[in-house]
Amino acid sequence: MKLTKIIDELNATVVVEPKDETEVEGVYIGDLLSLVMAKAQENDIWITIQTHINIVAVATLVNLSAIVIAEGMDVDEDTIKKAKEENIPILKSELSAYEIACKLCRLGV
Amino acid sequence: MNKKDDTIKLEYDIIQNDFVRAGEASSNVKKILKQLGIDSKIIRRVAIVTYEAEMNIVIHSYGGKLLVEISSKKIEITAKDNGPGIEDIEKAMQEGFSTASNEIRELGFGAGMGLPNMKKCSDVLKIDSEKGKGTTVYMEIFMKSNQN
Repeated sequence: MKLTKIIDELNATVVVEPKDETEVEGVYIGDLLSLVMAKAQENDIWITIQTHINIVAVATLVNLSAIVIAEGMDVDEDTIKKAKEENIPILKSELSAYEIACKLCRLGV
Repeated sequence: MNKKDDTIKLEYDIIQNDFVRAGEASSNVKKILKQLGIDSKIIRRVAIVTYEAEMNIVIHSYGGKLLVEISSKKIEITAKDNGPGIEDIEKAMQEGFSTASNEIRELGFGAGMGLPNMKKCSDVLKIDSEKGKGTTVYMEIFMKSNQN
């Protein structure tokens, strides 16, 4: 599914714009970075409450399609800067990780 | 980047507690492997082990180096730090065991999965550690791997 469609349906705030037609193939939820590295699959959208710069490295290294920050947490400025450099889209939602996942599930992701 | 006898050698300095630059070495290695046209499954495994090794140096050591050697047969990864050394390697290899502080854990690190992840993703893993001196983690990932 196209990331742009997910952004519309989630009513999420776009913190870092997707540059191209990013495809989302699955979802991973987690805040432990080692676990995300080990378990998230390529083109997954990653739901987390972590907002520091290292989430960009994790997303880049395992080719995640986007990061969704749950619970409306504020994203660090250096995280945003790095995500722009690395072309990793970041979305922000006031919803909980569970609620975001439910919505994605209903969308058929 | 040095190229000698078809072996590419990469070397990165890793700085203690530098969470802003942390992950850059691994990202750089990944980009180079991609440019070389290496299989994406191999790249994923190298990305995981280099990231875990890099983060271990950032979190637990006084600083060190990440060395990567790419040849046609295998990728060798060496993470070498300047101490303080691992007290009990057997314990450190257990999933869930970590000596990281609460502050570090709140950032999502220190899950006690670094070394176990490295073991799972590599074909060879050797750890050499001396208390007070430092730790060297050496890994090999074969180009034609059983894990694929």
